[in-house]
Amino acid sequence: MALLEIDGASKRFGATTAVDDVSLNVERGAFYALLGPSGCGKTTLLRMIAGFETPDSGRIFIDGIDVTGLPAYARPVNMMFQSYALFPHMDVAGNIAFGLRQERLDRRRIAARVDEMLALVQMSGYARRRPHELSGGQRQRVALARALAKMPKLLLLDAPLAALDRKLRAETRLELTGIQERVGITFLVVTHDQEEALSVASCVAVMDRGRVVQTGAPAEIYERPASRLVADFVGEVNLFEGELTAGFNGLALVVAGFREPVPLPCGTRLPEGAAAALAVRPEKVVLSHAPPAGFAIAATVSSIGYLGGGSIVHLATEQGMALKAYLPGAAASSFGRGAPVWATWPPDEAVVLTQ
Amino acid sequence: MTGMGWTGRLLLIGVPFLWLALFFLLPLLIVVKISLAQSTIGIPPYTPLLVDHDGGRELHATLANFALITNDDLYLRAYLGSLGNAAMATALCLLIGYPVAYAIARSQGVRRHLLLFLVMLPFWTSFLIRVYAWIAILEPNGLLNQCLIALGLTAAPLPLLNNEFSVELGLVYSYLPFMILPLYGSLSVLDPSLIEAAADLGARPLQGFLGVTLPLTLPGIAAGSLLVLIPALGEFVIPDLLGGPDTLMIGKVLWDEFFNNRDWPVAAAVAVVLVAALAVPLLAAQRFLERGHAA
Amino acid sequence: MLGFGFLYAPIVLLVFYSFNASRLVTVWAGFSTRWYGALLHDGAFGTAALTSLEVAAMAAALSLVLGTCAGFGMARFARFPGRLVFGFALLAPLVVPEVILGLSLLLLFVACQSWFGWPSRGMLTITVAHATFGACFVSVLVRAQLAGFDRALEEAALDLGARPWTVLTRITLPGISPALVSGWLLAFTLSLDDLVIASFVTGPSATTLPMAVFSSVRLGVSPEINALATLFLCVVFLLVALAGWLMARDERRRLFGRQV
Repeated sequence: MALLEIDGASKRFGATTAVDDVSLNVERGAFYALLGPSGCGKTTLLRMIAGFETPDSGRIFIDGIDVTGLPAYARPVNMMFQSYALFPHMDVAGNIAFGLRQERLDRRRIAARVDEMLALVQMSGYARRRPHELSGGQRQRVALARALAKMPKLLLLDAPLAALDRKLRAETRLELTGIQERVGITFLVVTHDQEEALSVASCVAVMDRGRVVQTGAPAEIYERPASRLVADFVGEVNLFEGELTAGFNGLALVVAGFREPVPLPCGTRLPEGAAAALAVRPEKVVLSHAPPAGFAIAATVSSIGYLGGGSIVHLATEQGMALKAYLPGAAASSFGRGAPVWATWPPDEAVVLTQ
Repeated sequence: MTGMGWTGRLLLIGVPFLWLALFFLLPLLIVVKISLAQSTIGIPPYTPLLVDHDGGRELHATLANFALITNDDLYLRAYLGSLGNAAMATALCLLIGYPVAYAIARSQGVRRHLLLFLVMLPFWTSFLIRVYAWIAILEPNGLLNQCLIALGLTAAPLPLLNNEFSVELGLVYSYLPFMILPLYGSLSVLDPSLIEAAADLGARPLQGFLGVTLPLTLPGIAAGSLLVLIPALGEFVIPDLLGGPDTLMIGKVLWDEFFNNRDWPVAAAVAVVLVAALAVPLLAAQRFLERGHAA
Repeated sequence: MLGFGFLYAPIVLLVFYSFNASRLVTVWAGFSTRWYGALLHDGAFGTAALTSLEVAAMAAALSLVLGTCAGFGMARFARFPGRLVFGFALLAPLVVPEVILGLSLLLLFVACQSWFGWPSRGMLTITVAHATFGACFVSVLVRAQLAGFDRALEEAALDLGARPWTVLTRITLPGISPALVSGWLLAFTLSLDDLVIASFVTGPSATTLPMAVFSSVRLGVSPEINALATLFLCVVFLLVALAGWLMARDERRRLFGRQV
């Protein structure tokens, strides 16, 4: 049985439907990520799990128990807020002890637990500091310790890394996965940052306009997106819209911006004449000066963006279709702006999308 | 509030609501009622509106008090005098208060806090004492006249007290903080880069001020003006202590009508007319204050 | 700077002349504290001051409770029947001329007395009147502070298992404590300062300090009043300094918190 089961939950605010008939299962011990653009309803869903919003319809089960009608303080769930929401009038120890005090534990056990939590997030020695005396990264750790102190069955994290700067974010990401493995608590992260979701989560659910549009392992979401929307939102992508036609061996896609039809992956089963899109990740695109054997698109380089570890090359075909390719290392240096090039990719590395 | 039940909400709003209804809204209605009654000698000194007859009840309302107010030009002159003095005081407060508020909004850190504190301090100190302090300064043999004579600017003491001048001075002096604080409020949230952008686009300082600063601080100007104008209209202490025999302000007329003539119905009628006249600026004031909360 | 000179010169002069030895207020005749002595022996002012303090303390406490409830109601409930009227009744007493507030309340008390024979006019009626407009000031302060209060703190407390009542007493009220402190002080000084409303609603039994001062001032300037005013200013300045210090500390905490 899954630890968290959401069964057909919906929530409307006035005329807008924030969460639209969402069903979701989160397995015990998972590091689950809810990914979606801002306003997709992921935060509302999180707040429904925490108990700050009541769903208009549908049920929420935690560990098999229906918690739909339970107030926030009675749920075996704790949350790490995006703003951290540390109590400014209490010190670090007071913040961490707050939840334990509500359970009327005896003083010594609370103190021991606070010490344990401080050690877990490497903040021992900061017990008497006030939140305003801490850096952003330190506050984040205290917020995590406070939410973990009660040993919740499920920890909710609302954009846990959003308030940190880039460098700190990478470090904290590693720590977060480490801590999750150590305490063994199920984590549910909400984020609009696909990098954050893909790098920490064992399972990702992509949300859009109140609905869950795809769930799966991070690699699956990235390599096999189920719709144009997921392909576009998660990572960079070339999306070619066209119509299916019979090619030399199997189906091909007629794209307005290309001179010849584009071959599709083997085993594509779709009727001829149907509309579809082909998603090609920029790093799958191979560029060459001379025309390669087989399928290739003639284009010119319109600009090159240097990213440090590689470069993104923007191309345009004669018909005005734009596409981009990612070249690792210094590979892009042999192409100048305006140079004619040939672009191709292994047909099986592309994904046909009909949704 | 999160997780608060209906009874909690009802108590939270109901208790203060009931209190205000009982001690602010109901009294206003009673004022209206008594303004329609006749003055008599007795306790209370007005006739009842509903008189019990053998055939039932009869309504004894009269508009005589309002007729008196409109016929006797003392009242009209008092209303207009109040309006003139209050409007003048508002304009002067704006003229003096704007530069002060601007200077505070432009200063930094501790200095800003200190200046703001200094503006608010008189607001906390006794109004009566601050008005009283001017008497010693403005008296015929007061400090100001002594200085003027010592400097040879005037031979005989100037009549500074108990006239329109002293009333106006007292009004401006007392209500200046009410103007400065809202002005500061809207000036301090003004993004300085807007003025820099105006300058960058070629606006001279005056053009920048008229085209950017002034329009964006209009809410503060309006709020400050209302906070000065409305209370100044009904002011009693200042015309009583600093004004002369020919100073006519409606607050003082109301007071005299009530305490000296003991004509409660006329005093109530004066109040009703004043509240009616204030209704428009009052509603405007509420809108501005509400908007301030929304922002 | 000229503006500040204008605001403070009269007050400074008044304090200065309270130490004048001469009975003539405007003629300096050397330093003396005789008027403070004379003040001490004048029992009328003492009784009036005690009445004022008592009324102010009670009115401020009532204002605090009523105003905090009203401020919560306005800040937290976007819609309820009568919100517009309620909002108007909360803001109007801030600007409505005092003569009108005083007159209307007196007429209410008189009507009450003739219907129920209660209350007799005096300290009770002054306290009720002062609590009414004091509550309006408190509600404005509480509302403003609640608007800047992070609701996530309350949710965090609920999430950690605190009941709504615990959240209120342990998180929300401490969070808005600067508004509560300055609200009480404001209501206190407003009550202490009020002449017009108290003059209307009082009875023969109660005379407040401003009423005593006013009847004396009407007869002309006296050095005794200067001394009294100076004492009064000292008390108010102390209270305000306390409030200012509390608010500055809060502001500093917030600014500092944002920088780090």
